[in-house]
Amino acid sequence: MTVHTFIDEEPDTGPSTTPLKPSKATSDMGDANQWTLIWYKFSRNKLAVVSGFVILFFCFVGLFAEVLAPSAPDVSRPQFTNAPPQSLGLFVTDADGSSRFQLHVTGYTMEVDPASLRRSYVVDPEQIVPVGLFVQGAPYKMWGLFDANIHLLGPTDPGETMYLLGTDRLGRDLLSRLIHGTRISMSIGLVGVSISLVLGVVLGSLSGFYGGVVDTVIQRVIEVISSMPTIPLWLGLAAAIPLTWSPLMVYFIITLIVSLFGWTGLAREVRGRFFALRGEDFVTAAKLDGSSERRVIFRHILPSLTSHILAVVTLALPTMIVAETALSFLGIGLKAPIVSWGVLLQEAQNVRTIANASWQLVWPAAAVVVTVLAYNFLGDGLRDAADPYES
Amino acid sequence: MLTSPEMTARTTDLDKDVVLEVQDLSLDFRLRTEVLHAARNVNLKLRRGQTLCLVGESGSGKSVTARALMHIIDRNGAIAGGRILLKDQKGDIDIATLDERGKELLSIRGGRIGLIFQEPMSSLSPVHTIGSQIIEAVRLHSRMNKSEARERTIDLLRQVEIPNPDKMVDRYTFEFSGGMRQRAMIAMALASDPDILIADEPTTALDVTTQAEILDLIKRLQESRGMAMLLITHDMGVVAEVADEVAVMHFGRIVEFGSVDEIFYTPKHAYTQRLLDSTVKLEQNRRAATRVETPVGQEIILSARNLTKVYGATKGWLGGNSFALKAVDDVSFDLHAGENLGVVGESGSGKTTLGRMLLRTVEPTSGKVTFFGQEAPVDVTGLSKRGLRAFHRQVRLVFQDPFASLNPRMTVRDIVGDPLLVAGELSGKALDDRVAELLELVGLDPAMRERYPHAFSGGQRQRIGIARALALDPRIIIADEATAALDVSIRAQILDLLLSIQKRLDLSFIFISHDISVVRYFCDRVAVMHRGKLVELGTAEQICTAPREAYTKSLISAVPNPDPRNKRMMHRTRFRA
Repeated sequence: MTVHTFIDEEPDTGPSTTPLKPSKATSDMGDANQWTLIWYKFSRNKLAVVSGFVILFFCFVGLFAEVLAPSAPDVSRPQFTNAPPQSLGLFVTDADGSSRFQLHVTGYTMEVDPASLRRSYVVDPEQIVPVGLFVQGAPYKMWGLFDANIHLLGPTDPGETMYLLGTDRLGRDLLSRLIHGTRISMSIGLVGVSISLVLGVVLGSLSGFYGGVVDTVIQRVIEVISSMPTIPLWLGLAAAIPLTWSPLMVYFIITLIVSLFGWTGLAREVRGRFFALRGEDFVTAAKLDGSSERRVIFRHILPSLTSHILAVVTLALPTMIVAETALSFLGIGLKAPIVSWGVLLQEAQNVRTIANASWQLVWPAAAVVVTVLAYNFLGDGLRDAADPYES
Repeated sequence: MLTSPEMTARTTDLDKDVVLEVQDLSLDFRLRTEVLHAARNVNLKLRRGQTLCLVGESGSGKSVTARALMHIIDRNGAIAGGRILLKDQKGDIDIATLDERGKELLSIRGGRIGLIFQEPMSSLSPVHTIGSQIIEAVRLHSRMNKSEARERTIDLLRQVEIPNPDKMVDRYTFEFSGGMRQRAMIAMALASDPDILIADEPTTALDVTTQAEILDLIKRLQESRGMAMLLITHDMGVVAEVADEVAVMHFGRIVEFGSVDEIFYTPKHAYTQRLLDSTVKLEQNRRAATRVETPVGQEIILSARNLTKVYGATKGWLGGNSFALKAVDDVSFDLHAGENLGVVGESGSGKTTLGRMLLRTVEPTSGKVTFFGQEAPVDVTGLSKRGLRAFHRQVRLVFQDPFASLNPRMTVRDIVGDPLLVAGELSGKALDDRVAELLELVGLDPAMRERYPHAFSGGQRQRIGIARALALDPRIIIADEATAALDVSIRAQILDLLLSIQKRLDLSFIFISHDISVVRYFCDRVAVMHRGKLVELGTAEQICTAPREAYTKSLISAVPNPDPRNKRMMHRTRFRA
């Protein structure tokens, strides 16, 4: 009743496929190690890669703040308080009417309203301030090591002024302050996370590997710490910092305070992964191979964890940055003369500034938002790529 | 191909029985770097009251084809060509062209075509009662009020032979056993009286005895309701037991199609022959044919006495609990030097726990394990951590899952060499040479040792696992379901490899498996376990051909026989305990 049919050919040796790009041979990933595979998976997430570059850019800015900033962050000029941003022009028209290339900003003339005594700035096209690359300007000590006075961008005459992002209440250049703030804000996240990382990984590993009483104790400690309301606690701790301490000391204490509450999430994550890995067949196999517990942890479990830890750390960084910003904004974190994004935002606390000099709110806030978003996208990408072996 | 005139006449005659016809169906899946042609020009006809078995190994495209019949396709896939014609009084409906979210398609899914999945636990919701899930299915396809639908559901549960259906209807998924869940799934698939039933590996997750019952049930329901059935399976035994027609699928193509008798007795395509060979091969006792002498009577190398493992009998500070579970109950046996001892049992019989207790990765509650190595007898149960390490060098474990048991972050050289490195025996060049030697022993190219496990197939990975087990020159290898995750053709290869290695090295095996044919092929003696107890211990031939205990008889007779002229499952002995 049924027709018996068959294909009169040799059996296929593999599944039938057509390469998407005929020119490019499919790469053989057989001897690719874990990091190659992670990079391969990560690089397909374009948003995460772009975010990575944004983070790198901010790090670069923080690292070379002195060179990149047009002037020193604490030079104030009373005649230019709350001056609006100037725009960078490319061409100037000479007296004879010919046009030539010259980077420049146009100066202001200040007018004082006789009734309200309010200052207002009007752009004066006559005042041309020539701007150049790698100009000599305010002297500084690069990384605290050697003296220099080269700035990437600045007025060619050191006596002139250039405010690309405007100035603050005391007539300080906002761009320079923002760039110097980048160094503090980015590094506070990194330093804080490093401390959290050590605490989190050590306690999480102990908790996950030994289980039992050790696990119970560590987990209860974590629960107690994470049940505390953070802002009042920070307030209390920060208020306890003696006023006589140098700004640098305050900086380190603030990082420590922020990180002391940041490690709990990391420890939980590490513990969870440890529990999952401890039951894996390859870990049992390693034990049966005669590996000691230390060898099992360092040779088999931790290498499987590193990529996950990296992803969690990346996601923890923005919370640190936000915490520092919040503390400084409330006036209990970093204090002048140290500049951070939070300190800059502190200037924008009153309605008058927001109404008349909104740039003081916009730029530092934008820096915080962009960094936090970039870290989150990067962390998401890393988390998705962290285990390249799942199906 | 055969197309004589009278043949064509007969086929057209039969065409009124055809309820679903697949014509030149091709499915493409877009992968990262390439397009995978998962199905190529597949032609199938499902006839009323007939069972078509679609058989193939993993990756053959049988499941995606079956799902495509209901237009269930993953997002990266698409129907590249062909038609899926559902015969209707008003004319044919081409499912391939229907809108993915259209009403028409939704009424066909579950309405005219019912689907049974492989894994009943994950296809039933754990937060709703069985009843409410079936009632929902009933009401989706017919106008019934709640109490009518409930009556209908209870009736369906009765049809699938669930005891006390009026009570079980209000139970949750987790209160059902695996077999009961699959019965509930079947009841759900039957909710709207479909013309076509698609069963995707419906018994793969089940034990043999449960498998026999479920297949029995599906077959009876299908015949009494006159449904057309498409059964997807990898097991030629199941095919022989239930199929009317068979389509053999290999890498996306149907390489052979015919009646079950033709496929089993006059297979024409080389792949069908290969598939049958490896299935039939496992029906014999290869070990008996290859061994030099019977190892029974040789000196004993490992002995277990009164091994017992009790779970859950803790005395907490809130008082102990009363539901202690005896996973292994008073098991004693001896393993002779050079012997292969099989341990078979269904899931939950305690066979894996037994294997782990021999290695003491699970501590026995009571009982004793003694190992007779080159030196004085060692009491394994009393060994210190250090002594245990030495013992683990002589007694090695091969795992079931070749994917989870190899650290994906290490190269093959590091994986195989790790036990040698830890033992401090070899390092550097000598270690590298030894790894190459081991890989050659298990039939892998030594040049592959720089690669990572993800570059290897399941069978190759299992070979790597075996190489790791052999690295320390062990006396005993405990293989825990070592071939369960592999396709049937590769399964035979791995067993042959183990037998040939055994010939060269002085080895004994404890082979734990749920698969009786594998144990029969490989072992000298077989121990049958049931609910933690050792029911019967005898030679492989005796257990498989002349079992003494009632449980063993029911177990053996439930194994599908890959011979359509000699169906075993339908005449099986049943065991009630």
